[in-house]
Amino acid sequence: MADAEIQREAILAAVDNVAARIAEEKAYLTELDSAIGDADHGANMDRGFRAVVEAVEDDDTDGMEADELVKLVGKTIISNVGGAAGPLYGGSTMLASKELEGGITAETSVAFAEAYLQKVQDRGKAEIGAKTMVDALVPVVHTYKKSIEQDDLPPLTALSKAVDACERGVRYTVPLRARKGRASYLDWRSVGHQDPGATSTLYILEELLETAEEYLDGEVVRDARSPDVPDEPPEEVADEPLGEGDE
Amino acid sequence: MKKLINDPENYVDEMLDGMVAAHPDRLRRLDGTNVLVRADAPIDGKVGVVSGGGSGHEPTHAGYIGDGMLDGAAAGEVFTSPTADQLEEMVRACDAGEGVLCVVKNYEGDVMNFETAGEMAEIEDVEVAEVVVDDDVAVEDSLYTSGRRGVCGTIFVHKIAGAKAAEGADLEEVRTVAEKVVDNVGTMGMALTSCITPEKGEPTFDLGDDEIELGIGIHGEPGVKRTEVMSADEVADHLTEQVLDDLDLDDGDEVATIVNGMGGTPLSELYIVNRRVQKVLDDHGLDTWDAWVGDYMTSLDMMGCSVTVLRLDDELKELLGAPADTPALKQRD
Repeated sequence: MADAEIQREAILAAVDNVAARIAEEKAYLTELDSAIGDADHGANMDRGFRAVVEAVEDDDTDGMEADELVKLVGKTIISNVGGAAGPLYGGSTMLASKELEGGITAETSVAFAEAYLQKVQDRGKAEIGAKTMVDALVPVVHTYKKSIEQDDLPPLTALSKAVDACERGVRYTVPLRARKGRASYLDWRSVGHQDPGATSTLYILEELLETAEEYLDGEVVRDARSPDVPDEPPEEVADEPLGEGDE
Repeated sequence: MKKLINDPENYVDEMLDGMVAAHPDRLRRLDGTNVLVRADAPIDGKVGVVSGGGSGHEPTHAGYIGDGMLDGAAAGEVFTSPTADQLEEMVRACDAGEGVLCVVKNYEGDVMNFETAGEMAEIEDVEVAEVVVDDDVAVEDSLYTSGRRGVCGTIFVHKIAGAKAAEGADLEEVRTVAEKVVDNVGTMGMALTSCITPEKGEPTFDLGDDEIELGIGIHGEPGVKRTEVMSADEVADHLTEQVLDDLDLDDGDEVATIVNGMGGTPLSELYIVNRRVQKVLDDHGLDTWDAWVGDYMTSLDMMGCSVTVLRLDDELKELLGAPADTPALKQRD
């Protein structure tokens, strides 16, 4: 997929797909966040991606290179999401976008993924096990890099393996006790809840995979929407939702 | 709940327009943003000093824009960090080529958005440094932070870093003195009542008529202890002792203090608290070089106060005493 115009089209399609998926999952993401955060993750992400769709529909994106377009996506998220999610999703996308200079290839996409994870960790100062999106992203980047660099798999297969890894990462957050973000205030009461950031990361990746399947040659390797991801939020173990100001 | 507002949606926007209307000769709003900067920004040959954070803490932040203090301040929505792109615009508008120091309070959203803004500005070749203020001795980790929260001690950072920049110091020198303030300042607050955010229109938390909360944050986030109502002296003793414990001051040390109102407390009560705070300091053998009393960093209409103590050395004394001319703080030579 060397052609810059096709890459531009693919990125635009990915933006549409991600925005549609986030809109679809908005209520569920907010529900997850209301259990352990401040109940705005779905609404925030939806506002951000609707703004991204508007931004890329602008004629100015004609002839943009992949890295410039991805940078615009990140910048738009930063401006419209705010809170911690704006810098984490948007800032990381924006700063990692320079790895895509010259277009999206197996190599540049690995570099992008690594840079994205690095930015998220630098910014959020979260390690694995703190019940954050890092728990989903670390296995994603590890799997994707290994699949391409060591196992020499085609990018589409590598991405599909990475999505599987992400899903395991999301499930891994459920029993954890939160140590970062607002959820950490709940401490043990956060146990049993799936992390909203890890979950939205999975949705984004699933849509990237779905888009890649449309644009990359090769058979569809798996259904992007894994049946293993629960439709219902995990059962609550906390007794009562905490009101603001409660001890 | 009665409030002097129109539409909560326009709360920040209308407040900022009102501030500019009150000080058109000194404040300018950057188009399409919630950022106010000095009318004459950027100042040639001077390091920029900027701040920002959620609204609802007035006169923080834009009230401290002016000679000897801040060059710019970004207002987020009420109790919400400004977005990184607005912070970046502020940084660029306040850079005269000498670089910009961002004074950030330790709240996750603020820290992340300022860091992102700094990186964005650096891509555009603006040199950016950052100091994170974490002066609240009440809590180690909190609802919104890893580590201590940044509260009223931030005003001393604005004043001292602003004075250093006004002297013509370079970015590293301004950052260093700001860090020195952070290392030597402590604050603890308390609430008699909850604040009321314009969006919600009712108290953020319930506090009984016979209760107060110690160690409260500036967004009404939980403190460390609820107790029955105490006298002003008992409150002053408790807050001051907690701060002094943390700072580990020596007999004969010189300090500056702020008895800060949370927005809903009359100045008379703050003076009553200050009277006792100064007595406690005196009993500890400390020498108060300057004592500020008033609403410096508020929490909307919360009733309550905080006590800030800053350990001084010669450099900090000189900078704290240097002239400043801002809407909220004026100081002459």
